[in-house]
Amino acid sequence: MSDNYLDKIRNFCIIAHIDHGKSTLADRILEQTETVALRDMEEQLLDNMDIERERGITIKARAVRLKYKADDGEEYIFNLIDTPGHVDFNYEVSRSLVACEGAVLIVDASQGIEAQTLANTYLAVENDLEVVPVVNKIDLPSAHPEEVKHEIEDVIGIEAMDAPEISAKMGINIRAVMEEIVKKIPAPKGDTNSPLKALIFDSYYDSYKGVIVYVRVKEGEVKPGDRIKMMASGAEFTVVETGYMGATELVPAGGLKAGEVGYIAASIKSIGDTKVGDTVTNASKPASEALPGYREVSPMVFSGIYPADGAKYGDLRDALEKLQLNDASLSYEPESSVALGFGFRCGFLGLLHMDIIQERIEREYNLDIITTAPSVVYKIEMTDGTTKMIDNPTNYPDTSLIAQSYEPVVNAHVYSPSEYVGSIMELCQNRRGIFKDMKYIDEKRVDLHYELPLNEIVYDFFDVLKSRTRGYASYDYEMKGFEPSKLVKLDIMLNGEVIDALSFIIHADSAYERARKMAEKLKEHIPRQLFEIPIQACIGGKIIARETIKALRKDVLAKCYGGDITRKKKLLEKQKEGKKRMRQFGTVAVPQEAFMAVLKLEDD
Amino acid sequence: MRGLYIHVPFCVKKCPYCDFYSLPFSESRAEEYKNAVVLNLARYNNEQFDTVYFGGGTPSLLYKYIAEILSNVNYTCNAEITAECNPESASEDVLGGLKHAGINRLSIGVQSLNNSELLALGRKHSAEEAKNAVLLANKAGFENISADIMLGVLNQTERSLEQTIDELCRLPITHVSAYLLKIEENTVFGKNYAEIAEKLPNEDKQAELYLTAVEALEKRSFKQYEISNFAKSGCESRHNLKYWRAEEYVGIGPSAHSYYKGKRFAVPKRLGKFLEAEFQTEEITEEFPDREEERIMLGLRLCEGIELTEEITARLKFIPREYYKLSDGKLSLTPKGFLVSNEIIAELIE
Repeated sequence: MSDNYLDKIRNFCIIAHIDHGKSTLADRILEQTETVALRDMEEQLLDNMDIERERGITIKARAVRLKYKADDGEEYIFNLIDTPGHVDFNYEVSRSLVACEGAVLIVDASQGIEAQTLANTYLAVENDLEVVPVVNKIDLPSAHPEEVKHEIEDVIGIEAMDAPEISAKMGINIRAVMEEIVKKIPAPKGDTNSPLKALIFDSYYDSYKGVIVYVRVKEGEVKPGDRIKMMASGAEFTVVETGYMGATELVPAGGLKAGEVGYIAASIKSIGDTKVGDTVTNASKPASEALPGYREVSPMVFSGIYPADGAKYGDLRDALEKLQLNDASLSYEPESSVALGFGFRCGFLGLLHMDIIQERIEREYNLDIITTAPSVVYKIEMTDGTTKMIDNPTNYPDTSLIAQSYEPVVNAHVYSPSEYVGSIMELCQNRRGIFKDMKYIDEKRVDLHYELPLNEIVYDFFDVLKSRTRGYASYDYEMKGFEPSKLVKLDIMLNGEVIDALSFIIHADSAYERARKMAEKLKEHIPRQLFEIPIQACIGGKIIARETIKALRKDVLAKCYGGDITRKKKLLEKQKEGKKRMRQFGTVAVPQEAFMAVLKLEDD
Repeated sequence: MRGLYIHVPFCVKKCPYCDFYSLPFSESRAEEYKNAVVLNLARYNNEQFDTVYFGGGTPSLLYKYIAEILSNVNYTCNAEITAECNPESASEDVLGGLKHAGINRLSIGVQSLNNSELLALGRKHSAEEAKNAVLLANKAGFENISADIMLGVLNQTERSLEQTIDELCRLPITHVSAYLLKIEENTVFGKNYAEIAEKLPNEDKQAELYLTAVEALEKRSFKQYEISNFAKSGCESRHNLKYWRAEEYVGIGPSAHSYYKGKRFAVPKRLGKFLEAEFQTEEITEEFPDREEERIMLGLRLCEGIELTEEITARLKFIPREYYKLSDGKLSLTPKGFLVSNEIIAELIE
């Protein structure tokens, strides 16, 4: 490779609001650079987990290397790094951005810039990325590209008048985007002779090669046989293979140099050794300091996961073990519940992360699971002077032993069109938020700054925010710390028995409302049974809400007409099947849906 | 001894709630069908039956052929031989024909003696016609007559139900079957499920209607002996008891079920196929039926109940006391228990 190999590399990501066409544009670029043979094309190739495709979101960063023959006659190497788009994965987003020199900003020609896009664009600008605007969906009748370009200039403050007007869906003007990438996005810099510094922006576990680490080499070079060291974790490995990310498979290559994006395989057993944001250096010729910005990612939300069928405990452990191979942010440890038997206490980055893990356990490992109400970590100062961290309501100490309880609080920024300010403020108020500041980003958009207790936003804050702002608002948060709080533990009793899996910790002021809703939800979701079932919600033995499920009066009486007992058997099978999906507490059977339903108490 | 069931898959008109297998009646097909039944019976020459049951469909439509079919059946001299019929098809000719052919028990689809309920059920006959049918049958020489009635019907109240039962029990009948209306998927009612279900009495109301029927019938000396069946002393349906006591029976005709030599099997619901084949196709529904499970599932339909086992006794704590009776080492359900029998059976079978 010649000395100026760097001039022919462009490392970039794509920033877009959900539905503005990120994946579609990525697909078109792959297609037009013929990186993917047409027969391999599948809609939205870059999002390759089923769940990602269905939800239209990118969960983990992906990357792909493409070759592009530009109008100047030269061949360029494009490294497209895809980024996740959800607040749960903000840290991953920031690391992916740091791996690039530029970002293609897609704006919908009919809808203009959205808040979430704005937040990510600011993040890109902060990290010195060159932002290349593109106006998409010009085929739509409602498209008004000129206005949108003005908006980009006004709001973000970048030149946008000659931004390509494209339709990713129809394949219009895609080449113009690639020319812009060549012309506008700077080539990477770096010195192959400096000590190795490679930024880890993603990794996954491969059963043959061990952990595959996706890196952006900032300085130096790395090749098979090199001894490498992860600067934050301290782990050392010998490189077995290096290469590039093809669209559908890894392509081995002799080494990776400064400026390049590629992968390293080094027989690494645990993904915990390859943390996103960490710096890979050469063990025998280490860099003096790591790349900036590394952060230990810690779980924010905890919940118990139990197999619906107790006999599947081992299978659940295997599933979690395997999932963790690819997801260092998932933590788990065994726990047991009186109600649910043996299971695991799992830690997640946020609710979306939790949802995804649950869904993957059910789908990929074919396990029926029961999840307990998500909880954050509380800090409790005991009367004896000790401090406890509690992430499981079961372990919440008796109130008489508590000197002061603290809950985690975040600094949250909500970005939204200004017409929704009232509605958002009301929501934040309901969630015990403390108003800090409101800034106009431009004449139509605001940035609302609130301090919010984490436990008020982990359940359904994002969903409610979206529904109150017709999907226009987005938010972003960072931990502020622990603040004193009036916490109580709310227990649910069925037929007089406490169901530990339904207990949770809550602010005293919200307890009554929540208890009432829980009792109602349970009544709705627990079918009538042979015995009447009282549902009671209580705090320390004091009942604050109650409902009653009346005894079943009649079920389906199948005839055995003409000696056909198959109908009766089918009914019975259905009944037994239903019972299997239920948890027995004394004489009360509770369907799994009931556990799930009480987790999703919508905001009226 | 085994029972014989013959399914007659013809009706003049399909009732909107019925999902039993039946096709429009035609003379030519009826004859073909009779021939096929006779052919199939040949396989059971060595089998002697003590009950024969013509179900349907509308078996009375076949009255001309019943004699010929029965002449090919080897049955005991005291056999119970039942045929079902509709009030609208119960003419003197038909009833005389059936009686002459050897039918000694008639099951008449009365359904209700309230015209607005009959209308809501989409039945062609009136209350008056239904009563007449019973009287005609009696006149034709039938002493053992059963009447079907329907519970939980649109427009039905406890009062109208009690009235139907009162009038019915004044007629010369010996047996009543009372079924709760169930909306089946592949029926006219099923296709309009949401609309129909909304108008029907709710779960609690249905339970009340059922308990009303049990009480009203018992009061008029029709003793309950099964979830849905009531009889004057000694007039219980011997054929149906075989089903519930898990005894064996042979079924002939499309959709007929058999429990024969330890296996359960059924004939596909295809008349064409039945007519063409020399012997009817039989599909195994259960190669090795779980005897204990069946004993509980079927036996608990009967008022005589089932023998208690240790396993069953241990699980009784999951069942409210008012739902069952224990006597002489036997467990049986009360009328309230019958209403939730699926739930109870599921508790007892693990």
